[in-house]
Amino acid sequence: MTTTLERPSTQDRLPIVEAVRPIAIAPKPKTTAPISKTTLLLSLVIGVYFGVVLTKSEVVRWQRVHDMFLFNEAHMYLIIGTGIGVAMISMWLLKRFQVRSMNTGQRIEYKPKPWHSGVMIGGTLFGAGWSITGACPGPIYAQIGGGAWLSLVTLAGALVGTFLFAQLQSKLPR
Amino acid sequence: MDLILQPWPWWISGILVGLTVPLLYFATGQGFGISTSYQQIGAMGSPHSRLSYFRNFDKRKGLWTLMFALGITLGGFISANLLTAEPIEFLPASYLSLGGAVRLFIGGILIGFGARYAGGCTSGHAINGIANLNLPSLLATIFFFVGGLSVTWGLGYLIF
Repeated sequence: MTTTLERPSTQDRLPIVEAVRPIAIAPKPKTTAPISKTTLLLSLVIGVYFGVVLTKSEVVRWQRVHDMFLFNEAHMYLIIGTGIGVAMISMWLLKRFQVRSMNTGQRIEYKPKPWHSGVMIGGTLFGAGWSITGACPGPIYAQIGGGAWLSLVTLAGALVGTFLFAQLQSKLPR
Repeated sequence: MDLILQPWPWWISGILVGLTVPLLYFATGQGFGISTSYQQIGAMGSPHSRLSYFRNFDKRKGLWTLMFALGITLGGFISANLLTAEPIEFLPASYLSLGGAVRLFIGGILIGFGARYAGGCTSGHAINGIANLNLPSLLATIFFFVGGLSVTWGLGYLIF
């Protein structure tokens, strides 16, 4: 008895709800959720963690990078390889158990980076820069924090490179 | 404590580097990557830019990359001042010269231009990308080494 009574009542209510809601919700599309203060703070904290790891593992030293490219020692290869392995297992677990982000509440998912000729050309140029400066973007920041003021020159170069890319982007093959 | 002050062995370092990826995803919902911070700095530094690379970039969303970069800088400071027994030699002494600074600047340009053109660096492509079985990221990593090995073995006598 009760079910037959409730059904028509919800059907009566629905059109009203639908007529009112779009007006209230429309101005805020869900695609660009603003970044919260918690996210920013947690990014800083994990940054500190990563900076300590980079420095204590000596990945930030020019000599280590040089010895990697000379095949003098396995140190860097072992760290990158182990890092990829641990990250791979972690990501498999996060996806397998459909873990949600603590902060955003959204399911964790990887956004694939696409292939284009820039991956080849840019990648090769990046590798060249990595071997000359002995640092990739993370270590550049850690070097500066560690007191290697000369690395500010590397960072300045990297920013100039970014501006160059922004300037030339439309003319570059993709 | 003594163990912490020494350089950390590769396996501890590798595990901790790898854990950064799930930590960042879990805590912030963001994918591990560092060179996007250059785009963020560029977009913030030129708010009236007509370049779509900066103009169309979501600066509010990208602010986390700057905080992450700031954290790494702070982590470098803490390690070098509190967590080490001996001073860390970041760059070789030969780089403390005008020629060295020029090399760092040119190398820096290659890093910034190359990473943004390739769509990521060692963190975004090599670690996060390969860990998520993204084929373009594996190819990017191979080209990182093509570039690095060519310069080291081909032009090394000129540069180093």
